[in-house]
Amino acid sequence: MHENVTPGAGHGSPASIVLEHVSKTYPTSGGGWTEAVKDVSLTVRQGEFLSILGPSGCGKSTLLRMIAGLLPVTQGRILVAGVEVKRPVTDVGIVFQKPVLLEWRTVLENVLLQPELRGADTRAFVARARDLLVSVGLEGFEDSHPRQLSGGMQQRASIARALVNDPPLLLMDEPLGALDALTREQMRVDLEELWLQSSKTVVFITHSIDDAVLLSDRVVIMSPRPGCIDHVIDIDLPRPRALAGRKHEGFHVAEEAITAIFLERGVLQRSRGLTAAEIARHTESSPATRRQTVS
Amino acid sequence: MDSAVSMPLGEGQVAFHRRSGLLDALARRRTVLITLALIMVAWQLGPRLLALPTYLLPPPSTVLMAFLEQWQRALNAAWITTTVMLGGFIAAAVFSTVFAVLIVSSQLVEDAIQPILLVFQVVPKIAIAPLFIVWFGFGWIPETVLVFLMAFFPITLSAVAGLKSADPDILDLARSTGASTWAMFRKIKLPQALPEIFTGLKVGITLASTGAITAEFIASDRGIGYLLLEWRADLNTPMVFAGIFLISAAGLLLYYVIEVIEHVTIPWHVSQRRDISHA
Ligand SMILES: Nc1ncnc2c1ncn2[C@@H]1O[C@H](COP(=O)(O)OP(=O)(O)O)[C@@H](O)[C@H]1O
Ligand SMILES: [Mg+2]
Repeated sequence: MHENVTPGAGHGSPASIVLEHVSKTYPTSGGGWTEAVKDVSLTVRQGEFLSILGPSGCGKSTLLRMIAGLLPVTQGRILVAGVEVKRPVTDVGIVFQKPVLLEWRTVLENVLLQPELRGADTRAFVARARDLLVSVGLEGFEDSHPRQLSGGMQQRASIARALVNDPPLLLMDEPLGALDALTREQMRVDLEELWLQSSKTVVFITHSIDDAVLLSDRVVIMSPRPGCIDHVIDIDLPRPRALAGRKHEGFHVAEEAITAIFLERGVLQRSRGLTAAEIARHTESSPATRRQTVS
Repeated sequence: MDSAVSMPLGEGQVAFHRRSGLLDALARRRTVLITLALIMVAWQLGPRLLALPTYLLPPPSTVLMAFLEQWQRALNAAWITTTVMLGGFIAAAVFSTVFAVLIVSSQLVEDAIQPILLVFQVVPKIAIAPLFIVWFGFGWIPETVLVFLMAFFPITLSAVAGLKSADPDILDLARSTGASTWAMFRKIKLPQALPEIFTGLKVGITLASTGAITAEFIASDRGIGYLLLEWRADLNTPMVFAGIFLISAAGLLLYYVIEVIEHVTIPWHVSQRRDISHA
């Protein structure tokens, strides 16, 4: 049960994930059924950074929880590292949208919760936990309590917690969703770097087109309920690109392609259309805006 | 002074913060002490000015004199009442916590018991007290049972709420480490529940003193509750006041003991509460 108890042992190769015709139906309170995920088949390659992109409520979290073995599939089957998932997968690091740190523990103790719950000797993990905290930018906050940290810093701690056992697979459910735009930008850069330095398979759930294109090797676009795979887009841009990626032509091509898909599915909608008079009235009445316009 | 200067900066800062916190607290206490003093003065002068007879409203000096005359008897009775209070309360605290753990660890137990618990909570426990005399006769048993019942419900209900308050995400995370149910309970659910449990304990201890006095009114021949009835029958109102003061002081003391234990057990929560109240 506790086979992964040494720090930084590097569990060989990153995990692959295979989903075969996976579906999930929830019972509703009215006695009916909600089809949250419908017939999803997908292979996540070893060491791949794969994003799952879709609007709220399309079944992304459900899918992730099924991969983690935290939620049973209704139909189909899931293989992680070649083994069918029937109970919670333990060779994994998970990051949720909320950092969910334990408020009575310091940041370091929160990171060490992982090996502690695995029944490992936590002393052996202290050095690695400290290194990780430095690499996620929390140097000097090891002995702080979560409430003394900003939301972004708390999320960094939770990423360190997910990485401390050096899992071959990282599952992230909208980890940047609750952060402000600037923090989000920085976290993308750091996350890409962490991933490039290690060899891990990452499944990254997001509803941000930017996150998906800037971070992933492949983007899986899900259609609204019932959630099923709509498109899979390869992102073939040079790395590291979390910051500089926007300069590339390929970035814009990918963003436009994704926007086009969302427009087609009605997830995004074009403006209802303005009359020429309305546009003219606006530009005339605000000369200040016009002056600031870059020409 | 010199040693303070040579102290490392960190330590000096901590000491400084602590001292200013203490001064703050004293300053805030001072306001309340002045209010109390004013009330005492008004109480001392009021009955004289209004020519109220002593058996209606004795001034504090009369209460004190009366108390000094039979302090041994009064303290003895207060001690008896306090032991009943404490006995019933500790039994309730232990039993409630175990009971709450059972409720949250089994859906079956919860479904079977929780609704009944809620119904029982609204039954006025004092109304059942006469039955205890029928069942257990006079003395400490019916008294302790009533105290126990008074304290049991608030502690159980808050412990159940507390044990359920851990975020489902952190529990999922724990499951993904293959952690045992026991480890999840000990490292996550129980610490998360402690603030709520302490809230329940504080409500419980206040109800315990009401329970103890009531029990002594109806089912006892000793304790402050019993003496209050005797003193009232003698129109010895000063001693009634003294008795009320004594038993309130005992309740207050026990309440503070719980607060001290809370400070030691969950400093992270107590300091957080202070942050909020200062903000
Ligand atoms: N435990 C549950 N019980 C019933 N329905 C659920 C449950 N969890 C999610 N759903 C429903 O399944 C659908 C997908 O939810 P979710 O996987 O959380 O979507 P996403 O993460 O993409 O926002 C939603 O319609 C949601 O209401
Ligand atoms: Mg979600």
